[in-house]
Amino acid sequence: MVDIISAKSLGSNDIKIEGAVGEPFCDDAKMSMRNVDVFYGDNQAIHDISFDLEKNQVTALIGPSGCGKSTFLRCLNRMNDLIPICNVKGSLQLDGEEIYGKQMDPVLLRARVGMVFQKPNPFPKSIYENVAYGPKIHGLATDKAELDEIVETSLIKAGLFNEVKDRLDSPGTGLSGGQQQRLCIARTIAVSPEVILMDEPASALDPIATAVIEELIHELKEKYTIAIVTHSMQQAARVSQKTAYFHLGQLVEMGDTKQIFTNPSHELTENYISGRFG
Amino acid sequence: MTKAVNESLPTSAVTEKIKLSLTKRHRSEMMFKSTGLAAVVLGFILVFVLLFDITSKALPAFHQHWVQLEVDFSEDNLRYSEGISLEDLRYRSTLRKAIANQFPDVKSRRDKRKLYGLYSTNAEFAIKDFLIANPNTLDTIQNIWVRVDDDVDIYLKETTSLGEPLVRVDVKEAQWIKSLVETGRIDKRFNIEFFTSSDSREPELAGVRGALTGTMLTMLVTLALSFPLGVAAALYLEEFAPKNKWTDMIEVNINNLAAVPSIIFGLLGLAVIINIFGLPRSAPLVGGIVLTLMTLPTIIIASRASIKAVPPSIREAATGLGASKIQTTFSHVLPMAMPGILTGTIIGMAQALGETAPLLMIGMVAFIVDVPASITDASTVMPVQIFLWADSPERGFLAKTSAAILVLLGFLFLMNASAAYLRRRFESK
Repeated sequence: MVDIISAKSLGSNDIKIEGAVGEPFCDDAKMSMRNVDVFYGDNQAIHDISFDLEKNQVTALIGPSGCGKSTFLRCLNRMNDLIPICNVKGSLQLDGEEIYGKQMDPVLLRARVGMVFQKPNPFPKSIYENVAYGPKIHGLATDKAELDEIVETSLIKAGLFNEVKDRLDSPGTGLSGGQQQRLCIARTIAVSPEVILMDEPASALDPIATAVIEELIHELKEKYTIAIVTHSMQQAARVSQKTAYFHLGQLVEMGDTKQIFTNPSHELTENYISGRFG
Repeated sequence: MTKAVNESLPTSAVTEKIKLSLTKRHRSEMMFKSTGLAAVVLGFILVFVLLFDITSKALPAFHQHWVQLEVDFSEDNLRYSEGISLEDLRYRSTLRKAIANQFPDVKSRRDKRKLYGLYSTNAEFAIKDFLIANPNTLDTIQNIWVRVDDDVDIYLKETTSLGEPLVRVDVKEAQWIKSLVETGRIDKRFNIEFFTSSDSREPELAGVRGALTGTMLTMLVTLALSFPLGVAAALYLEEFAPKNKWTDMIEVNINNLAAVPSIIFGLLGLAVIINIFGLPRSAPLVGGIVLTLMTLPTIIIASRASIKAVPPSIREAATGLGASKIQTTFSHVLPMAMPGILTGTIIGMAQALGETAPLLMIGMVAFIVDVPASITDASTVMPVQIFLWADSPERGFLAKTSAAILVLLGFLFLMNASAAYLRRRFESK
């Protein structure tokens, strides 16, 4: 809340946002959102946001704290269902299927749209159990050998296998912060999702661990569609192909990352990326 | 403002100010520390005094004096003839003859009666059981050990000069006891019967097995009912129930229930479980149900607190992977909350273990000699047994009461130890 007030106090409130500028839509969309409003009780957190997540691309969501980017991200796999007072309106589609539609089972949706959280949150179980849990509950492996293989490939993809291959039975909570976060990524990709949502995945990590995660994101986009919320503009510039700038619950501008960071069209975007506030 | 004032002062003056406040702060810290330490020491002393007192009073109950009798199992004595069952022989007169043989000088009726009183009333059955177990000893003379009467037992344990009268033993009796001791016919043995026999009107025969079995059965019923019910209720209220005024009201009522005097639950058990549902009186089943009502709020409150303490990030992680609500709850939330739930359960069970009042209302206070074989048999429990013995006029029950308290404490200790073990196993996972 404090950040919203400070953003307002910097005079940004006087600048009008009249629909998003830039190129929020694309032809090859994995997920498309149209006119999305999100309410917490009577409080509107997201105002009429429309854009697409392009297939096999990394889309960065940036903006000052409290601008609704995490809230929006959590709508994409219905994590907001856990908050009873949260209410989502508008159309959100995954491959043309309505996410909040009656036919969509949230359990299946979350298997298809995985999520990595801000703070590494491995289960207090062994490293193996952490990665194997998702495939187990969804019945992805028919026997132990198959499960072993899923765990191994997921850890390899997450770039963690070499570090932990000798201690798969030791607790996941005993790893370092960066390793824990990669374990969480391995856990997410073990379910073979189509989209991975990342909510500030590197904010609790040191620069070295962050570099490893960013490298990982680069490799993952070959197979997955990725949306990443980040506070670091350098990180957004490094890992993403598309960038969306959020401000006070509205989408201000969206377009190619290069273009947003070199030649933003909107005054608010320019203020933000040039470090005048946020 | 203050900041400006401080900045204007030279550094040393600020340091002086801090130093001044430091002594005060250190003093209050010391005060708190020493008060805490004193409280802990006082607690330890009280527990130690209690345990020492009980143990010293209980020790005599673990030994029992036995006396040797030379019993003449002649057919004449027993009035035995072909075709009569060994059950129906004249054991009492045989016993009395054996006793009289030990003291040929005692002639008067009154003295003889006194003399018989030195031996436990159980002696008659002891020689009967002996003969039935060894039928080939018929028509022989056997040395048989029987218990002495409780007054004699206490006299032997407490006397400093053998032969002198003490409390309930007069001069004559003291002399007889002395002669028995001098001829080596008295033996002090470990009182294994204290653990293998049930309640009795005679202190030398009374044991805790019946009450201990009753306690185990009652606790088993209580655990089997209150643990799943309590955990399920806590899980539902924390994880599944909508947050509205109904669940608020339920929460308030559960908290109130924890504060209801336990005897009320006993009355409820009597009025509803026995009188309406017609379950048997004095049974561990009913006792367990009543104690469940009493334990349930404790378990629910502790379980809810420990479920609430599971970090939401774990729920998010599981949900984000596509785990359903039930999978998240049972594979992550419940195992993480388990140590706290076990602590709550053990507190509730320990409370139930020491409970007497509600069990009085449902008839578990009855004098029951048999060891209960099932949860529907009449039985009593350890605290009630302690209450009954403490209430008995015989001096022999004094040590038995303390010994029973020790057994109860031992049972509690075992229960706590097993819970601690289980908790450690859940925590290490």
